[in-house]
Amino acid sequence: MTEITKSSDQVRRLTSAVMTSLTALCTLLAIGILLVILTYIAWQGIGSLSLRFLIDSPHPVGEGGGIGNAILGSVVLLALSSAFGLPIGIAVGIYLSEVGKGRLAGAVRFLVDTLTGIPSIVTGVFVYAILVLPMKQFSAFAGGVALALIMIPIVARTTEEMLRLVPHSLREGALALGAPQWRVTMGVILPATASGIATGAMLAIARVSGETAPLLFTAFGSRFFSTYLDRPIASLTVQIYNYAISPYDDWHAQAWAATLVLMTLILGINIIVRFLTRKRF
Amino acid sequence: MSATTPDNTAFGGKHSDWRRVLSPTGNTGDAIFRLVMLGAGLFVVAIVVAKVVALTSDSMLSIRQFGFSFLTGRQWNPIKGEFGALPFIYGTIVSSLIALLISVPLSLGIAVFLVEQAPHYIARPVGFLVELLAAIPSVVYGVWGIFVLAPFLRVYVEPPLARWLGWLPLFQGTITGIGLLTGGIILAIMVTPIISAVVRDVLSSVSGSQREAALALGATKWEMIRVVLVNGAPGIAGAVILGLGRALGETMAVTMVIGNRPQISTSLFEPSYTIASAIANEFTEATQDLYLSALVELGLILFFVTFIVNGIARILVWNVTRKTGGVGRAA
Repeated sequence: MTEITKSSDQVRRLTSAVMTSLTALCTLLAIGILLVILTYIAWQGIGSLSLRFLIDSPHPVGEGGGIGNAILGSVVLLALSSAFGLPIGIAVGIYLSEVGKGRLAGAVRFLVDTLTGIPSIVTGVFVYAILVLPMKQFSAFAGGVALALIMIPIVARTTEEMLRLVPHSLREGALALGAPQWRVTMGVILPATASGIATGAMLAIARVSGETAPLLFTAFGSRFFSTYLDRPIASLTVQIYNYAISPYDDWHAQAWAATLVLMTLILGINIIVRFLTRKRF
Repeated sequence: MSATTPDNTAFGGKHSDWRRVLSPTGNTGDAIFRLVMLGAGLFVVAIVVAKVVALTSDSMLSIRQFGFSFLTGRQWNPIKGEFGALPFIYGTIVSSLIALLISVPLSLGIAVFLVEQAPHYIARPVGFLVELLAAIPSVVYGVWGIFVLAPFLRVYVEPPLARWLGWLPLFQGTITGIGLLTGGIILAIMVTPIISAVVRDVLSSVSGSQREAALALGATKWEMIRVVLVNGAPGIAGAVILGLGRALGETMAVTMVIGNRPQISTSLFEPSYTIASAIANEFTEATQDLYLSALVELGLILFFVTFIVNGIARILVWNVTRKTGGVGRAA
């Protein structure tokens, strides 16, 4: 504090004004970058976007073609990962909030938190080792499992947080009426916070729909329409990646358009969730 | 459940069967319910254990062949069968450090602005916009990085850096727009929303009395903010380490802009390679067993490093936010 008392009042006020405006500048910079990225995607993507682009399968370079197979593939992968990931994730959340106590629950909570920070490419390598190698084939199933593994910790965390928001009086009231714990949880606590868990699930789906790295050597990608779970399958993100690193301008344009489609989906989910949860926060 | 057997024999009687062990009420439904949820919790533990086992066993070939020299080897030449990971480790660390150098001051500024200065009706929408940066997928950052950021840096940023700071070895070499610097900058944009979100939580959990006390003693707004920052220091450190963990493992965007050349160069303009991008780029090309095994070992290294980094970050952040605001929110 000595340096402060030594310097004059004016210098202190000036420093304060400069530093506080700098923080506003930081915020403006971040928002500026966001807007630049989004407008670039919209501007570059809108040119190649058409109904045909959305439903056609890829053609050789220069002959147009679309991302219909990739959209279908992403839908299959998301459905598959949600089918595995959401129930398990929600169950882990229930365990952490309602059932688990002591060291084991603490360890599980720590692992859930840490798993969210493990790079998704590591999950890709893991699924390659346990599914692709034994099956000797890239498959939609392996891709779905990889995405589900990424989903589980995210869903578990949001579910736990949502369950903890439910007032204790609700639990005690239901227990006092003689209901067993499972009925209290499944019949009272879960319905009370269903919308919160649903929004958490939507955010998790939005998050994994942008994942590329874990799909590169699990779902692999494909240039054809496919819904076979034991074959390689296309996805929007892998297609964007392959087109973007290709040397062809035609495919670059398609990469931008596919990016626009992906971003519309992801931003759409995020904004809807924000709108739905507006009252609660 | 192995615990059921000894309990059965120890107590006997109809009330001390397996249901008692699982649920205090002895209700069958409760016992099944708790068993299923416990299974889900143990499943998370099983995932972590399975990851360690699978990655270790599949990289055994490479571990046996190279041992510790895998980490110090400077040559990565799959054709000759030479696998040294040092260029990847170097690229990963340097690109992450560039990212932190840029994103830490930026994130602190954003968090301070949103918590200490902006009124509620501004902080909420603006905070949401900053969080949206985290919702943009890595591959989208990559597309933007290749076609917009890299050309921009090549024309407007790297030439002035080379002109004025060219006496530093960091800013020498050919200017291509593709390399360590571009990778670091794209990482900085990607980790900023993550660090700023955690710092926001940390600052919000610093008690208001700290602020009032500072202001009552005649501190200016900035001096008050410094008091708050010092109070939240461990949590802020946790946030930075969390950002580091994310930067170390970020894959797609970095793969697309860093140049993917396994070399160690002091110049930030030169192409480099990270652990994650090596796996992403070469995994499907690896036809020999040893090559594949070496790539899996890279994955194992990445897993351990990010696991430890994230673990440390969580403990630091928990200690700050759970003591005050976090507990209130949880209860």
